[in-house]
Amino acid sequence: MDVTESDLGAPVVVVDGLEVDYKSFASGKRANDRRSLLTRQRGVRVVNALKGVSFVAREGESIGVIGHNGSGKSTLMRAIAGLTPASRGRVFAASRPALLGVNAALIPDLTGEKNVMLGGLALGHTKAEIEERYEDIVAFAGLEEFMDLPMKTYSSGMQARLRFSIAVSRKHQILLVDEALAVGDKAFRNKSEARIRELRGQAGTVFLVSHSMKSILDTCSRVIWIDHGNLKMDGDPREVVSAYQAEQ
Amino acid sequence: MTDINYGAIARDAGLHRVGARAPLGRYLAEIWQRRAFAASLARYRIQASLHESRLGLGWIVLRPILMAAVYGLIFGIILPRDTRPEDVAFVPFLVVGVFIFEFFSKSFSAGARSITGNMGLVRSLSFPRMLLPVSQIIQQVFELVPMLIVMGVIVLCFGIPLTWSWLLVIPAMMLMTMFNLGVALIAARLTVHIRDVTQVIPIITRLIFYASGIFYSLELVLADQPPWMLTVAQLNPVHDFIALVRSFVLGGPELPPLVTIMALTASVVTLVLGIVFFWKAEERYGRD
Repeated sequence: MDVTESDLGAPVVVVDGLEVDYKSFASGKRANDRRSLLTRQRGVRVVNALKGVSFVAREGESIGVIGHNGSGKSTLMRAIAGLTPASRGRVFAASRPALLGVNAALIPDLTGEKNVMLGGLALGHTKAEIEERYEDIVAFAGLEEFMDLPMKTYSSGMQARLRFSIAVSRKHQILLVDEALAVGDKAFRNKSEARIRELRGQAGTVFLVSHSMKSILDTCSRVIWIDHGNLKMDGDPREVVSAYQAEQ
Repeated sequence: MTDINYGAIARDAGLHRVGARAPLGRYLAEIWQRRAFAASLARYRIQASLHESRLGLGWIVLRPILMAAVYGLIFGIILPRDTRPEDVAFVPFLVVGVFIFEFFSKSFSAGARSITGNMGLVRSLSFPRMLLPVSQIIQQVFELVPMLIVMGVIVLCFGIPLTWSWLLVIPAMMLMTMFNLGVALIAARLTVHIRDVTQVIPIITRLIFYASGIFYSLELVLADQPPWMLTVAQLNPVHDFIALVRSFVLGGPELPPLVTIMALTASVVTLVLGIVFFWKAEERYGRD
């Protein structure tokens, strides 16, 4: 931490000793195991997804988050967004961060058009604002001819595009992108990376989880490497990415 | 790096803890701000259900009519005539009971599923979670309107006169909506903590169904029993809402004051309890 405070923006996200445990019923028992229903609590296994992560993110930074599968990247994103509660430690933010993940369609039975409306309303837009932005959202997603189809008929790439377009329709001070762009095609990825840079330019802070080192190096000004629930490295994208690649 | 005081940095920059539950007043204000979301979700769900089956919305009224027909057929024959009021035709008596009970049972079961059944929304967007059970109840209220109209038509067909007291059904249904919302909020949170609750809900619904006197009159059946039994039966708010609607629409003997008092108290108390109980766990609904 040898950077001077003056050339950095104000802190926007502070993660303080964040630990997240998942309790799960372990099923790695023999098939003929005769447990009664009442003793099932014994099978509880606690998984430490994050074991004490701390850092400060500042205004205008775009932070890449890398690590192998299961290292805790997505848990970190969900905890920053406030969707997964911290077991110990705290997360502070200037405003509620918006998370874009790879989860299922918002409401699969409804058409794309209605999902845009509901997604916007849930984000706190008014109906008039959404109607005004509707064309832009659909055009950005490139799904003009599919808006009257139920979202469950969309491919995963199309779903991700629509979710991304809904989320970036509102100016977010803090945007968390969790591999949401990985399923999109090349053209959409370029478009959304440009949008992320634009958001960053408007003094927003962006977190980007990706396994593509190219998009990390293209869009990020700082990279965090999460390894087995610990923060292993935090700093310049080139240094962190090459250290990460050297280990593999 | 470990000696950095992150809490102080956050405090100096004026940051707030993420996911912290808003105080109840602000929480409710936020829900009011986003009421359009709850209403649109309810409307879109009804529109989507239109396309799922051939009869679409018709099932909203067909289901209770067929239910009433089954009960009428079975219990109208089995149960002795003195279990139901003499001066009121059995069919209108039964139809009012089944239709009003349907409003409760659907709110109860749909409310219980409102969080667990919408995990896609809960996981991708952050909004006050109470909007989901609220939207379910709005949907039930939308569906109640055609049900009440059909109920009125059936009752008129059986020779019950249209009177001004029919208008009193509206405040009674408003109270019942408050009660149903409270029940839905409690059931929604319990289902998140213990998934097994979904298995128990149909059984509880059945119990309340038989305890509410849908196809017989509690007042008449318990007439020969010690009076405390009737009093206990009248403490069941679902019975009281049905009794109120029956007396407004069908006329009949005057209701004991306990029924009205209980309907009023239960709706206010259940709603307040439900809101507080649901709000207490607001931070925990996103957990897998």
